[in-house]
Amino acid sequence: MPRERAVLALADGRVFEGEPFGARGETVGEVVFNTAMSGYQEVLTDPSYKGQIVCMTYPHIGNTGVNEEDPESRRPWAEGFVVREASPVASSWRATATLDAYLRGHGIVGIQGIDTRALTRHLRDHGAQEGVIATGDVDPRAVVAKAKASPGLLGRDLVKEVTCQAPYAWGESAWRLGEGYTAPPPARFHVVAYDSGIKRNILRQLTAEGCRLTVVPAFASADEVLALAPDGLFLANGPGDPEGVPYLTESVRRLVERGLPTFGICLGHQILALALGARTFKLPFGHHGANHPVKDLGTGRVEITSQNHGFAVDPDSCAAAGLEVTHVNLNDGTCEGLRHRSLPVFAVQYHPEAAPGPHDSHYLFRRFVELLTQSRGR
Amino acid sequence: MPKRTDIRKILLIGSGPIVIGQACEFDYSGTQACKALREEGFEVVLVNSNPATIMTDPEMADRTYIEPLTPEVLERIIAVERPDALLPTLGGQTGLNLAVALADRGVLERFGVELIGAKIEAIRKAEDRELFKAAMQRIGLELPRSGYARSVEQAREVVRDVGYPAIIRPSFTLGGTGGSIAWNPDELEGAIRWGLQQSPVGQVLVEESVVGWKEFELEVMRDLRDNVVIVCSIENFDPMGVHTGDSITVAPAQTLTDKEYQLMRDAALAIIREIGVETGGSNIQFAVNPADGRLVVIEMNPRVSRSSALASKATGFPIAKIAAKLAAGYALDELRNDITRETPASFEPTIDYCVVKIPRWAFEKFPEADQTLTTQMKSVGEVMAIGRTFKEALQKAVRSLEQDRAGLGLDRPPPDLETLRDRLRVPNPDRLLYLAEAMRRGLTREEIAGLTRIDPWFLAQMEELIAFEEAFRQAPDLSRETLRRAKRLGFSDRRLGELAGRPEAELRQARLAHGIRVTFKVVDTCAAEFVAHTPYLYSTYEEEDEAPPTARPKVVILGSGPNRIGQGIEFDYACVHAAFALREAGVEAIMVNCNPETVSTDYDTSDRLYFEPLTLEDVLNIVEKEQPLGVIVQFGGQTPLKLAVPLERAGVRILGTSPDAIDRAEDRERFADLLRKLGLQQPPNGSARSADEAVRIADTLGYPVLVRPSYVLGGRAMEVVYEEARLREWMRESAHVSPDHPILIDKFLEDALEIDVDALCDGQDVLIGGVMEHIEKAGIHSGDSACALPPYSIGDDQVERLRTQTRALALELGVVGLLNIQFAIKSDTIYVLEVNPRASRTVPFVSKAIGLPLAKLATRVVLGARIAELGVREVSDLPYVSVKEAVFPFVKFPGVDVILGPEMRSTGEVMGIGREFRTAYLKSQLAAGSTLPRGGKAFLSVRNRDKRAIVNIGRNLAEMGFRLVATRGTAKVLERHGLAVDAVHKVAEGWRPNIVDFMKQGEIALVINTPEDGRARKDSYLIRRTAVMQNIPYYTTMDGAQAALEAIEAQRTGVLEVQPLQAYYEGLKT
Ligand SMILES: Nc1ncnc2c1ncn2[C@@H]1O[C@H](COP(=O)(O)OP(=O)(O)O)[C@@H](O)[C@H]1O
Ligand SMILES: Nc1ncnc2c1ncn2[C@@H]1O[C@H](COP(=O)(O)OP(=O)(O)O)[C@@H](O)[C@H]1O
Ligand SMILES: [Mg+2]
Ligand SMILES: [Mg+2]
Repeated sequence: MPRERAVLALADGRVFEGEPFGARGETVGEVVFNTAMSGYQEVLTDPSYKGQIVCMTYPHIGNTGVNEEDPESRRPWAEGFVVREASPVASSWRATATLDAYLRGHGIVGIQGIDTRALTRHLRDHGAQEGVIATGDVDPRAVVAKAKASPGLLGRDLVKEVTCQAPYAWGESAWRLGEGYTAPPPARFHVVAYDSGIKRNILRQLTAEGCRLTVVPAFASADEVLALAPDGLFLANGPGDPEGVPYLTESVRRLVERGLPTFGICLGHQILALALGARTFKLPFGHHGANHPVKDLGTGRVEITSQNHGFAVDPDSCAAAGLEVTHVNLNDGTCEGLRHRSLPVFAVQYHPEAAPGPHDSHYLFRRFVELLTQSRGR
Repeated sequence: MPKRTDIRKILLIGSGPIVIGQACEFDYSGTQACKALREEGFEVVLVNSNPATIMTDPEMADRTYIEPLTPEVLERIIAVERPDALLPTLGGQTGLNLAVALADRGVLERFGVELIGAKIEAIRKAEDRELFKAAMQRIGLELPRSGYARSVEQAREVVRDVGYPAIIRPSFTLGGTGGSIAWNPDELEGAIRWGLQQSPVGQVLVEESVVGWKEFELEVMRDLRDNVVIVCSIENFDPMGVHTGDSITVAPAQTLTDKEYQLMRDAALAIIREIGVETGGSNIQFAVNPADGRLVVIEMNPRVSRSSALASKATGFPIAKIAAKLAAGYALDELRNDITRETPASFEPTIDYCVVKIPRWAFEKFPEADQTLTTQMKSVGEVMAIGRTFKEALQKAVRSLEQDRAGLGLDRPPPDLETLRDRLRVPNPDRLLYLAEAMRRGLTREEIAGLTRIDPWFLAQMEELIAFEEAFRQAPDLSRETLRRAKRLGFSDRRLGELAGRPEAELRQARLAHGIRVTFKVVDTCAAEFVAHTPYLYSTYEEEDEAPPTARPKVVILGSGPNRIGQGIEFDYACVHAAFALREAGVEAIMVNCNPETVSTDYDTSDRLYFEPLTLEDVLNIVEKEQPLGVIVQFGGQTPLKLAVPLERAGVRILGTSPDAIDRAEDRERFADLLRKLGLQQPPNGSARSADEAVRIADTLGYPVLVRPSYVLGGRAMEVVYEEARLREWMRESAHVSPDHPILIDKFLEDALEIDVDALCDGQDVLIGGVMEHIEKAGIHSGDSACALPPYSIGDDQVERLRTQTRALALELGVVGLLNIQFAIKSDTIYVLEVNPRASRTVPFVSKAIGLPLAKLATRVVLGARIAELGVREVSDLPYVSVKEAVFPFVKFPGVDVILGPEMRSTGEVMGIGREFRTAYLKSQLAAGSTLPRGGKAFLSVRNRDKRAIVNIGRNLAEMGFRLVATRGTAKVLERHGLAVDAVHKVAEGWRPNIVDFMKQGEIALVINTPEDGRARKDSYLIRRTAVMQNIPYYTTMDGAQAALEAIEAQRTGVLEVQPLQAYYEGLKT
């Protein structure tokens, strides 16, 4: 029986041939690899992957299917999905569908059966780059040409495509086995969270620590935020280049300068740095995984972190911005956490909310609440 | 937190002989620890009784004690060495239990020895099931409901709560020894008694059953700064109820969502912190209810384990090495990841392949044993395979097992459906094959999952394989597309050939013609995120091969595959030495092996490691790519030796002894010609193709005869036959004669001495490594009998004749490298029993005894050096005696008789060294776990032939103050010689109390029982079995008993001296 075909073509001309899964068709995005061995559904639904085609390095993906509890946002955002082998069955007591059906349902094109390790090595050595997945009988050369023509992430505003359109309140707390998502404990603080592509587990973690949340669109102005009379500000993760969202950076600058206690994660960390005058740059292939060691310079402790970013803050630019580096990545020494010298502001580049990934860094949410407590006292 | 400077000298305890549940993995961990600590400048004192380990090589530690692992001996060593610290977590359960014993006796305190890695409280909390349970409850984790029992009555009480089936788990044991599942009240009593007896502290946990839940393991590392990482998750294919050591396991976990995995990870972190293991690796086991995700904790091992060896090999993260450094004070982030070099060890490996481990059992050696797999481990070894997918890894693992299986085909007549369902329901060693068969026969996934409780994901994976097989079988399509798919699914050429009804070679040709070639990928801990610097490789069928060969001269060493009875750690030892020698000689050492427990599969051992099955196809793939100078087959035992001829035929150069010489030694007829030519004797023999012919030949030779099928190795199905009736029976039951496979019949040499000789030959000169005299007479497999080096009873002239014959055989065969010969001496005639043109099981023992690394020297010879150039000379006149003793797994196999015979059944060995034979033998007995008594009642019951000899033994025992107890016949003889003896009843006599009652009451301190040949054995079977179960020292041969007597004398007359190898060798130089 002849098998269906699919190709993944990279902008530098490298082509991988495999088989389609998920939706059929064509898709374009920056191809990145993720080394997490569990949590593909969370990865797919992380809005930070907007604009990117994700290759999972672990070969068996989809083993536990998909379920209603694990999405990190309202839909999958990855532009395409690349795996060595997608499981034909879903084996989990929580599963509601197979991965294949889920991707089909959301129109996400996938390719499987390719040498994903070769792809990963290629991206590692030549950098993340634009790519196209096309299914059916296509001419690989034409697909390469499309990949070449794709604009890339630099300077692009992808946030506007993932952010919510109107403010909303969040009322769900942490997940527990046997109970699912729990009801929030009594709130002590009101926090406004900018939705630049926020993951639900961030909201849940904040809620679990006693924050009442109002989530606002990334384009909400500083005044609109202030009108909500928040005790604190949260800056979320999100897709693409932090320099692509100057309006958000501008709002953040105004809010932070007013002394609003602020906590940022991932894109939020970068926006905060930009807002205070530091610089960001693009990493060759980014950090996408759940095993990155990060050292808290304050305590000397190492946390295993969940990461998903293609840009980073230039540590040399921090001092002038009044920022100090609080966390570093032990693999490559990049900046993983910042704190302002005088303002009640801190941020991390990685994902303390995990989902997927280890829970080592949950303490940061408590740290934020402590900050809120102190600020209220003042 | 850098290295500690307040400690200088560290004591490491090894795990002793290889037994079920404790195999080479602790040599791997111990060797890594020795290297790691010495690298940091610590002085290392090592104690282990197992000579076949790399860790006991004199270069590995500063002071190496090959001494019995008993608290008394350890105390003496501590008194002499005064170490600052004891690292107890790398020597398996044995090392850990000894550390506890030393602490309990106040030895550690008295000599100011600090426990590093895990403090005594932590060890107790983890190992004492009651303390553990309390600890888990403190941190809010669930365990199956349970209660503790120190008696059957208490157990009944607990069962009222937990119900049946009840899981019985003794405290402080390993490999589930003493554990069982009691399905009903009838089974409970026996199960409890056994458990209580096996637990060193007389305590068992009686637990609610979670049989059928999913079983997982996490390997956890912690440092003194409280950084914790998970190195690897492992999922058991076989659900709860089958010991993890007996389960097929898979890394990483396959069927957990991230939420569930993180719950487990959180639990693991909480556990290691609560238990308080300070540094190093621990293994934590969990069960998960597949219906609702409920997670319960099963146990924690506060030490490195078999699973941590697996996890190290599966991820590239050297757990034991890092654990040792953490114990010495480092923090995880101060240590680097050797593979990536640039990143630190404080991370969690992520992998981009799938790893499958399959256990290897040895039930063919114990046909009476119950093959049901349960909570007590029964396997003797394991293989691991790496593939890009589970399917590929599974198939590679199956063909790594060395069971002549090329894939998932059922290698026996298909059972009827009811039997098949039964084979699925009741876990057994071949369940994997029955699963495949069930799929072929159309049982649905739901039904199979219901019968086995195996996760449907695994079943679906297997279904894909079987669906391909069936399609291919019906229409063998050798197109590029299909063959590439087949190879990517992990099918071997041979299996495809079987399915297509064509020879393997044809399939190979077809795929090569299509350009379908293997690719190699690197195990790098990081899924290619960083560049890897260690060529630790596995094969797969992908697009990119990422490990081009180097331009250096290189040699491939073929390893020995899974541990099994007859082929164990000794062969890995030799392979490791070969790798070391190649590297020293500036030749790139390429290792091929598939056993995750071993030192040979440490990526540090060789220059390049291929973690691959040892089949012709897999080896040719490597050789074609590497283009080595040649392949060495003589160190890995029978496995690579078998490949010599096919490899040579495929154009591969075999280094060392030629395949033709190997064939000359192995082929019956050519071997006979060889002996004839040299004028050497062989036991008279013949071969038969039918029962009648066999009887005719036996009549000519005269009974007893030794019979064996011609194609089996390791003495399998060999038997000494005393009469025609039994011969006919054996022909029917075991022989499987066919024209191609005649049975071999030897005249059995009764009362002959057996001698093993290991020698090295370069084609022109011969160096005799050692002449070992067996304690037990010929007829007991050389692997199972104790032996002494130098010989303790034969004369110098005989030794000289043995040496001469060895030289003649080596030279005539043209051996280049090692050879081993087994001789028998009867009435001053020397017979050659067998010549093995390869490294033997005794090579490590001899090397340790004489202080010369024979396998290393052999490697240099194989590379072309002359013996004269090696700068060594034959060692003679050793001023001390070394004794090797075998260790048996009988305790694990109820129903199996412990009688020794020509079929090897031991799993491991120990060594005792002393100034004289009797102290060396005494040490060997202690090391083998047999605590010889100083007094009490000695029970004697011997067959008629031995009645004469027992008198002397009885007299000696009486003189030493033993009370003699004997069965009627033996008692009569003793009485006639004026000895006071209490007669006791045999079980068969029907009177109570009988001898077994006395043994169970703890009245008997020593058992000497030589059974009659053949059927009469059944009478005394219970006596021997009871001795095993009650751990009463027992001897089933007169030679063993005689030696034991001397040892008992030695024990009464003096304290045991301890001395490190290094000091013994000092004595050699002067
Ligand atoms: N409560 C239980 N219900 C079912 N199976 C169990 C239970 N507890 C243990 N087992 C099984 O018994 C095996 C051995 O138990 P374990 O405590 O791990 O012994 P060991 O110390 O020898 O490793 C486990 O691997 C598991 O499969
Ligand atoms: N003719 C014989 N007479 C007495 N014992 C023998 C004879 N042949 C073999 N044996 C015994 O059987 C054991 C196993 O035989 P061997 O040929 O060495 O098999 P293996 O290949 O398993 O080592 C020997 O170690 C020896 O004790
Ligand atoms: Mg266990
Ligand atoms: Mg032999």
